[in-house]
Amino acid sequence: MKNKVAIIGSGNIGTDLMIKILRTSDVLEISALVGIDPNSDGLGRAKSMGVATTADGIDGLAKMREFDDIEIIFDATSANAHAYHDKVARKNGKTIIDMTPAAIGPYVVPVVNLDQLIDAPNINMVTCGGQATIPMVDAVKKVVPVHYAEIVASIASRSAGPGTRANIDEFTETTSKGIEAVGGANLGKAIIVLNPAEPPVMMRNTVYVLSEDTEIEKIRKSIEEQVKKVQEYVPGYRLKQQVQFERIGDNTPIHIPGAGDYSGVKTSIFLEVEGAAHYLPKYAGNLDIMTSSALKTAERLTELRKAA
Amino acid sequence: MKNSRENNLYIQDTTLRDGMHAIRHGYTLDQVRNIASALDSAGVNAIEVTHGDGLCGSSFNYGFGSHTDLEWVAAAAEVVKNAKLTVLLLPGIGTIDDLKAAYDAGARSVRIATHCTEADISKQHIEWAREAGMDVACLLMLAHMNEPEPFAQQAKLMESYGAHCIYVTDSAGALLMDGVVDRFKAMNDVLDNKTQTGMHAHNNLGLGIAFNILAIEQGATRIDGSLSGMGAGAGNAPLEVFVAVADKMGLPHGCNVFGLMDAADDLVRPLQDRPVRVDRETLSIGYAGVYSSFLRHAENAAKLYGIDTRDILVELGNRKMVGGQEDMIVDVALDLSKIRGTANGT
Repeated sequence: MKNKVAIIGSGNIGTDLMIKILRTSDVLEISALVGIDPNSDGLGRAKSMGVATTADGIDGLAKMREFDDIEIIFDATSANAHAYHDKVARKNGKTIIDMTPAAIGPYVVPVVNLDQLIDAPNINMVTCGGQATIPMVDAVKKVVPVHYAEIVASIASRSAGPGTRANIDEFTETTSKGIEAVGGANLGKAIIVLNPAEPPVMMRNTVYVLSEDTEIEKIRKSIEEQVKKVQEYVPGYRLKQQVQFERIGDNTPIHIPGAGDYSGVKTSIFLEVEGAAHYLPKYAGNLDIMTSSALKTAERLTELRKAA
Repeated sequence: MKNSRENNLYIQDTTLRDGMHAIRHGYTLDQVRNIASALDSAGVNAIEVTHGDGLCGSSFNYGFGSHTDLEWVAAAAEVVKNAKLTVLLLPGIGTIDDLKAAYDAGARSVRIATHCTEADISKQHIEWAREAGMDVACLLMLAHMNEPEPFAQQAKLMESYGAHCIYVTDSAGALLMDGVVDRFKAMNDVLDNKTQTGMHAHNNLGLGIAFNILAIEQGATRIDGSLSGMGAGAGNAPLEVFVAVADKMGLPHGCNVFGLMDAADDLVRPLQDRPVRVDRETLSIGYAGVYSSFLRHAENAAKLYGIDTRDILVELGNRKMVGGQEDMIVDVALDLSKIRGTANGT
């Protein structure tokens, strides 16, 4: 029997996730899509696909007869709204997977640390840029200690919603913290760029990792293996270029102002993320990697908990 | 239309910010003190001091600075007596926390810059800066990539968040005369009379000073320039040249032209390890319409991958890359080297 879940938030993310569950999941069953606007496209789409809906938020969900059987709730709303959703979910013994930047619970990146979070009542999905890049930092970290990791995410302007735009600092801050806490870099930095070109550009991520010196082939192999693991749940995730390496000698160290001088290896990784186009267009790889990672998280949690 | 002659010009120097690009963000603290002191004595209204890409621009992507922004700002604050200390912030790179720290180090004016179609990502930063009592100017970058009317609508958004001034920011040095005039006219049509306008030029097509004059004719009161043009690409409108022209035109500016000339030639030009001038590479930036800061990164990538700098710049223009996408320079170089079979595969 499939494990029952609900999604709060009937915008782009929530609707895309609903369609992913319906079309691809052998493990999860979507019981309800929860919104606050009865006329939203997402709720309309849910009704047409036979999914129960409410336009009364999480309180509406708690009154639905489907509620008791639901084990996992996805939150695709906003950081402000999440605090209340967390409270209601905990009170009713449901696990909540948080796709907002609220970060009440620990950060998760499925290929890196999910298996350690089996009992967490609240799990945060970092950011789209974090889901795309932290696996790469981790891949280098598995080979050699990482001094510093920096990521540049560029996304199509059309794929940046009003929430992202109103609080773009949350992206840079949360992603930097994730690079350190989950990726294992001593120091993390994140940059986001919106590009308005038409036709819209595909999501791109560039990851620069400065690590201790080691055999370059070991790093390359670790990165290529990690890319394959991410591709299992984000099929459009790929290396756009061969991984680039530069040796930084002790006599010409990299000076990071405020941090110090570092030598070792600089690894540059050029990624592209093409969306699956379930609800959002292909260029919106940033939104696709978020919903795909949340789905993977719920599926893996379900498996782990059944096995435990 | 506003009558420019009744307004005092506000001279905003960018030597210690845009000029960072020209020397790969490498000013020493003594150089910052000397240049800031000379600018202050020469009577400029404001001195911008930050990494070329704004607060927290230090990175692999844009180049690590020789110092932190706070060290640079604090050094300038030690010597500046009259001018306002300005910092640059690009949402997506720097954050409100970084701005708070800059304020504590002595910055009282901030310039918040976004791509010319993405004004709405600046709301939280503008609001915080106004709350803190800072002077707030906003830069709509790569102004040639948005038509005058929609450009003015973006300016209107920034005004609604609290900006005191909106700049036509010709980051690629790619605008033509009409392009500058039409953007100011469109802004004058929609902005409140109290909102100032400003011009930030790059000299890639040799038009920097002319753009400043055109802007003033359209009512602009804030004018950017840097000593000897020290800035990205072919540089900004050289400040000492602009002030000399303004003098001869009888425009009120409050600066000492000889003091600026001396500072330009004695303090700044000798620091240029790559001349700041219109040449094959910087002209190509204006011609292809790409971000002027791409210059030195493109030159490095060209050398590393055996590609022509101009080919990289033109391809970046074809791909409609915007400010901040310096990572795409190596991406383009790798693509071009694949086509030419010169990839070294490492």
